[in-house]
Amino acid sequence: MDLQTTTYLFVGASFALYLGIAYWARAGSVSEFYVAGGGVHPITNGMATAADWMSAASFISMAGLISNMGYGGAVFLMGWTGGYVLLAMLLAPYLRKFGKFTVPQFIGDRFYSKTASTVAVVCLLTASTTYIIGQMTGVGVAFSRFLNVSSDTGIYIGQAIVFFYAVFGGMKGITYTQVAQYIVLIFAYIIPAIFISLNLTGSFLPQLGLGSDLVGTDTSLLVKLDQVVTDLGFSQYTTTSAGSMLNMFFYTVSLMIGTAGLPHVIVRFFTVPKVADARASAGWALVFIALLYTTAPAVGAMAKLNLHSTVNTAVMKGGDLYATESSIKNDDRPDWMKRWEKTGLLKWEDKNADGRIQYYNEATKNEAAKAKAGAAGWKGNELTVNADIIVLANPEIALLPNWVIALVAAGGIAAALSTAAGLLMAISSAVSHDLVKNVFNPNISEKGELLAGKIAMAVAIVLAGWLGLNPPGFAAGTVALAFGIAASSIFPAIMMGIFSRTMSDKGAIAGMIAGLLTTLFYVFAHKGLFFIKGTDFVDMVGGVNGWFGITPEAIGTLGAIVNFAVAFLVNKLTAPAPKHIQELVESIRVPKGAGAATGH
Amino acid sequence: MTTESEKNAKAYWSATLGLLTKILIIWFLVSYGAGILFVDMLNGIKLGGYPLGFWFAQQGSIYVFIVLIFYYAHAMGKLDRKFGVQED
Repeated sequence: MDLQTTTYLFVGASFALYLGIAYWARAGSVSEFYVAGGGVHPITNGMATAADWMSAASFISMAGLISNMGYGGAVFLMGWTGGYVLLAMLLAPYLRKFGKFTVPQFIGDRFYSKTASTVAVVCLLTASTTYIIGQMTGVGVAFSRFLNVSSDTGIYIGQAIVFFYAVFGGMKGITYTQVAQYIVLIFAYIIPAIFISLNLTGSFLPQLGLGSDLVGTDTSLLVKLDQVVTDLGFSQYTTTSAGSMLNMFFYTVSLMIGTAGLPHVIVRFFTVPKVADARASAGWALVFIALLYTTAPAVGAMAKLNLHSTVNTAVMKGGDLYATESSIKNDDRPDWMKRWEKTGLLKWEDKNADGRIQYYNEATKNEAAKAKAGAAGWKGNELTVNADIIVLANPEIALLPNWVIALVAAGGIAAALSTAAGLLMAISSAVSHDLVKNVFNPNISEKGELLAGKIAMAVAIVLAGWLGLNPPGFAAGTVALAFGIAASSIFPAIMMGIFSRTMSDKGAIAGMIAGLLTTLFYVFAHKGLFFIKGTDFVDMVGGVNGWFGITPEAIGTLGAIVNFAVAFLVNKLTAPAPKHIQELVESIRVPKGAGAATGH
Repeated sequence: MTTESEKNAKAYWSATLGLLTKILIIWFLVSYGAGILFVDMLNGIKLGGYPLGFWFAQQGSIYVFIVLIFYYAHAMGKLDRKFGVQED
């Protein structure tokens, strides 16, 4: 069977499975639509949380970025796992004890203020919509390759599918569907990684393969990779950090506390029966997430080595990387390159018209590499590979069988769909429940509430798809911005709600607004007002990364610091939380007496 | 609320905070410590083909995080029972 047919078959079969489950478990009441009746086992919940969590950013984009960034890619690895420790210890059990459906509900009740809850809704919508832009970028990549169309067309198709998918079921449908999606995506991720690890190092586990010697040599994979990339003028793989040490720090903190502030993840911990289960659930979620996250660095490094050895035959054979016959001829380029050229995400151009493709760092500061490239008559780098295609192209680069390539396509789509669906649920409940029902129209019927939620989903999909056509960055980069927004606004408010008995409504509201605005100001300065191309105002923050060399993806940490500082200052100047709220805080600190989650 | 149960709740909360502090110190050391602050120093040590700092940043910290969460869930369960605040 040819590749295209196999791919259709795998993607089609996985879709049939999800839709079947969604139909079987479709939601009846409002309560089921949002939290699946509060009766999901911690392991099941962990798996569903993992699927919810691991989006197009984790599956499609992250290993590609690690491949580009080398050691610095660790900000994603540590940031997107370490947050679970915070979530398990600082938030999940207490929010579960509190026993409400949504994050704005908690903030509204704890800070005894509809304004606080409305501000939380605004923060949540900003973070979730940004997150979905990143998903749409990833969906576009997956569908463009899968259907052989441009990445823009891929986004349109993805939008339509996500829409039907999310509107069809509710959380209950989604919980079990997401278990299925987790299984599909984890196999899709790990199987090619095992193949590649066996090919390169003879080690079955990619986690060990990354630290092993290359087959038939006594050179370790990482040493070889470091040597090849530095010879070609790139920076050393194992030591290149993501900006300054301060930036690495801020970036990691932002992703970690953003994890603990993202509503679609937090809401998962309302669905377990007991407080004790909420604690364990986070652990199980992290186990399932770690399977992918510990494989990703191997995928990134091995894909990089394979990519270099594809276009430069001297990489594996040894010999001079700059010799004429080392670079492959244009016409000899493998089929996978031709396939990806159609999506517009892989490009090559024969700048020195020698009929061969040279792939190196033309802007290198490495004088030796520069001299060699000059002597060899190279006139600039001739190959550009979009980082977001690395994972999907990885099995093709390694010349793995067609069914593996098809499986990865199905996995990528599963990852994007599951997270988009979870986020859309959070958006839908925030708008219908926390905004329309609690603020504007308390008498709305159940039917009207569900309808308002579905309209909110539709608007979010269209908006995110439109912004996804000109994305603010790679999928994982855009998602990192969403984490920064959550980190600077929602996380501090929840923390203060639990760990400070006296924090007042005014303190929390001022904090959230200050944190959100600080972060958005810096992000929009770099990426354009509301991510619209051409409206950036980077001069106002002192140029690119103008604040202490911090990248916009990492600024959420500063936003969170501002949030805490403003909140405590305002709290000092205003009346503390009233007595009954202080008693409420004391009661959520003990597990005893936790009932099922309720709406009111 | 009687004073006795208030005292108990206070003691439970400070025991909880003590546990959190202990875990957060380890959490910080394996990620921000070994993975960022001391990464260059640790890279001088090799773990198989891995420079150790690089391993902590891209592998080791994640394994430790998992252990920490399960340890926390276990230790909190013990605290709950010790102070008699567990769920029924």
